[in-house]
Amino acid sequence: MTATLEIPDRGGAIEADWACRVNGSPLGELPADLYIPPDALEVFLESFEGPLDLLLYLIRRQNLDILAIPIAEITRQYMAYIEIMQALRLELAGEYLVMAALLAEIKSRMLLPRPSAASEDSDEDPRLALIRQLQEYERFKTAAERLDAMPRIDRDVFHAQASRDALAAPPPPAPELEDLLDALVGVLRRATLRSHHQISSEALSVRERMARILQRLDHDAFVDFTSLLTGTEGRPGVVVSFLAVLELSKAGLLDWGQGEPYGPIQVRRRRTGEEA
Amino acid sequence: MIERDGQERTETDLDTADSLDLVLEAVLFAASEPLRMQDLVAACTGMEGVGHGEVEAALQRLVEHYRDRSLELVRSASGFRFRVRQRFSAHVQASLPERPPRLSRALLETLAIIAYRQPVTRAEIEEIRGVAVSTQIMRNVLEREWVHVVGHKEVPGRPALYATTRTFLDDLGLSRLDELPPLDALRELVELPAEPDDAEPVSGRTADVDPPGEAAEHRTLQ
Repeated sequence: MTATLEIPDRGGAIEADWACRVNGSPLGELPADLYIPPDALEVFLESFEGPLDLLLYLIRRQNLDILAIPIAEITRQYMAYIEIMQALRLELAGEYLVMAALLAEIKSRMLLPRPSAASEDSDEDPRLALIRQLQEYERFKTAAERLDAMPRIDRDVFHAQASRDALAAPPPPAPELEDLLDALVGVLRRATLRSHHQISSEALSVRERMARILQRLDHDAFVDFTSLLTGTEGRPGVVVSFLAVLELSKAGLLDWGQGEPYGPIQVRRRRTGEEA
Repeated sequence: MIERDGQERTETDLDTADSLDLVLEAVLFAASEPLRMQDLVAACTGMEGVGHGEVEAALQRLVEHYRDRSLELVRSASGFRFRVRQRFSAHVQASLPERPPRLSRALLETLAIIAYRQPVTRAEIEEIRGVAVSTQIMRNVLEREWVHVVGHKEVPGRPALYATTRTFLDDLGLSRLDELPPLDALRELVELPAEPDDAEPVSGRTADVDPPGEAAEHRTLQ
């Protein structure tokens, strides 16, 4: 009974204590002229992969066994690190604070009188869960190190491969002007078939069509050349489009291509120096 | 072994065994991926009397043929492929313009947990590591095709279950998961020592202090 009454008191005292202790000795406040370069802080934070890693570091640093960690001492050191990180206004991941709370809880439960032998099964050692977690984490931390040490492709091991360039067919040549004209004839013929009676003819500007075609094309995807020659405006529309494409090509704004011999002629916008 | 005389020989001069070896060698070198046995057998379609067994024997001859060369024919999870013998790796590395980037500890730990505990959810990874697994790390291992989603756990939210891929094994030169080094055994927790009195100074508080005898004893048990 007396023990339970003492706990809140003592817990409070410990909490006040932690704020100004490093490795168990009173620190007071951080020296005002303490200069820590900002880069160093990042290195410090990055060197721990979370609260379990920090705890393992504290344990290993002292050559302690995980199964026999002195909770009170480790808690004190852990809190000292947290205090330093907070004092330096580092943004702490929430997990670090959760662990701090867990350690404090374990520590306070350790202060309770040992349960009687009869109730031991139901009330296990408060350190047990944490120790299991640390052990489990350490297994995988070690496994990760072994994984990294294994010979890995493109770092320690290299494929031997022969170039297939010689086996592949040479790249298809760019289409000749004749091919362009042939394609034009095809589209024109189709356009004739499609055109109905026309009521009034619209003045079609090559310039305007050039702008519109350029807008349709982009740098990455080839489009079918014939798809640029829209048949919906009848024969004049096709001719104007064709002239616009030729003008654009002359101005060096287009790239031509043909996937395979006799395949569809394709075109895309050329990537110019200042645009790239 | 292949060109017994100094003259160029035509295809028809080669006996079947020789030409089968050469066909397989050509196919393996031209491939950008490991080739499975059935790919190799398929590559020999039209060659008379060549089946599974003949290809197997030819691969064995190729292994033998390359014994004293800098290359070797290896079999990994996805199949057969040629690679540079490891003792020449340092020279290959030196010839590369830049070293491949190191993998972060967070990524390696995540990968290790997936490899040994698969299929595993992200929450289970986080439970072991004690920290949140960043989206970037998951994206990284998925993009490298070391890890893939194999299903969803039938719990609320149906979280994705992650497992390692064949590429993961290939890239580590393994053909099966159980070739991974075994995890350290968990030591049994018999009895926890009593907590030293809070007021007493604990030995081994700083890094320079010698380890206490008890802890050293425990270590030898590991």
